[in-house]
Amino acid sequence: MTKKRERLAVSRPKKGASGKTGGWRTFRPVIDPEQCNKCGLCSLYCPEGVISEDLEIDLDFCKGCGICAEECPKKAIRMEREER
Amino acid sequence: MAPIPKEEHILATTSACPGCSSSLSLRYILKASGPDTVLVIPASCTSVIQGMYPHTAVQVPVYNIAFAAAASCASGMSAALRRAGRGTRVIVYAGDGGTVDIGLQALSGALERETDFLYICFDNEAYGNTGMQRSGSTPLGALTTTTPAGKVHPKKEIDRIVEAHHPPYQATAVSAFPVDLYRKVEKALTFRGPSFIHLLGPCPTGWRFPHGKTIEVGRMAVKTGAWILWERVHGVLAVSAPSKGPLKNPVPLQDYLGMQGRFRGIPPSLVERLQGEIDLRRAEVLREAGEA
Repeated sequence: MTKKRERLAVSRPKKGASGKTGGWRTFRPVIDPEQCNKCGLCSLYCPEGVISEDLEIDLDFCKGCGICAEECPKKAIRMEREER
Repeated sequence: MAPIPKEEHILATTSACPGCSSSLSLRYILKASGPDTVLVIPASCTSVIQGMYPHTAVQVPVYNIAFAAAASCASGMSAALRRAGRGTRVIVYAGDGGTVDIGLQALSGALERETDFLYICFDNEAYGNTGMQRSGSTPLGALTTTTPAGKVHPKKEIDRIVEAHHPPYQATAVSAFPVDLYRKVEKALTFRGPSFIHLLGPCPTGWRFPHGKTIEVGRMAVKTGAWILWERVHGVLAVSAPSKGPLKNPVPLQDYLGMQGRFRGIPPSLVERLQGEIDLRRAEVLREAGEA
């Protein structure tokens, strides 16, 4: 049975199925805690869902699209150029 | 209203372009439908962005199938599940090419058979996966790789075609209003029989605007009336909240077109025709909603 299954092209869920997409970034989002009022809109609009409930950004996977910085009503997110 | 569940059904991350509307929309669609869902996905961006074999980012079962077959596959799947006494939700998530062009006859058949499923047409207004060729859903004037001087034919009205089948629930949505999308998916799934959601997905790569502007472009589509949010329950149309103001007082269309590279330098005659099309749609919706 197991053998038969393996012959079918079945993908299984896994974190990082597309690799660590954080490496795609040109700009990194940086939250200024002084200005942030924790409204959570960045997390609502994040296409990848990598901004947690506590508004921490998972930089291993954040692609740096900058939607969070654009949509932040307090302008508390800055996009800084990655240095590597 | 119940709050939106925190649980994510898409693991970090898809291989979509940065700022992708499809990734964002899928998050909310799966939040609304929950883990007991099967996605049927024909050839589209979404069949590519799931992840690399043998892994996937999507935590619900996904059935990848040929372009023309999505709705018929979902029909069989839904019939088998119901026969087995299971309420598993069957959702087709197809692109605009897979809906308005290639998948149209299968969709029509499934609607006619009153298949118990939800069909979502993710409309980025071109064949995005293969490099932005024009589709039946590309609007007038838009530059694509196969319409380098701007498309001269108007956008196909898939909503009218679907409406002619009288599904119990039909709606439009846009990724810029994820909460509205979530509520509509949630509502669509309460109906027995076919429901249809036409979802506009601004595409930074294909529409040529900066990644970070995905939400703003979607919002501007609603503000200018180029995209109207409504739902039709058993044939009765209601305009959704974000579109109520813009239907009566739209902002100038140029504010939407100017944000996107795909409308750069198109002849004024095409812009005029596009404006005419949009005005006509607006008048139709207002009339049907009994507000004009």
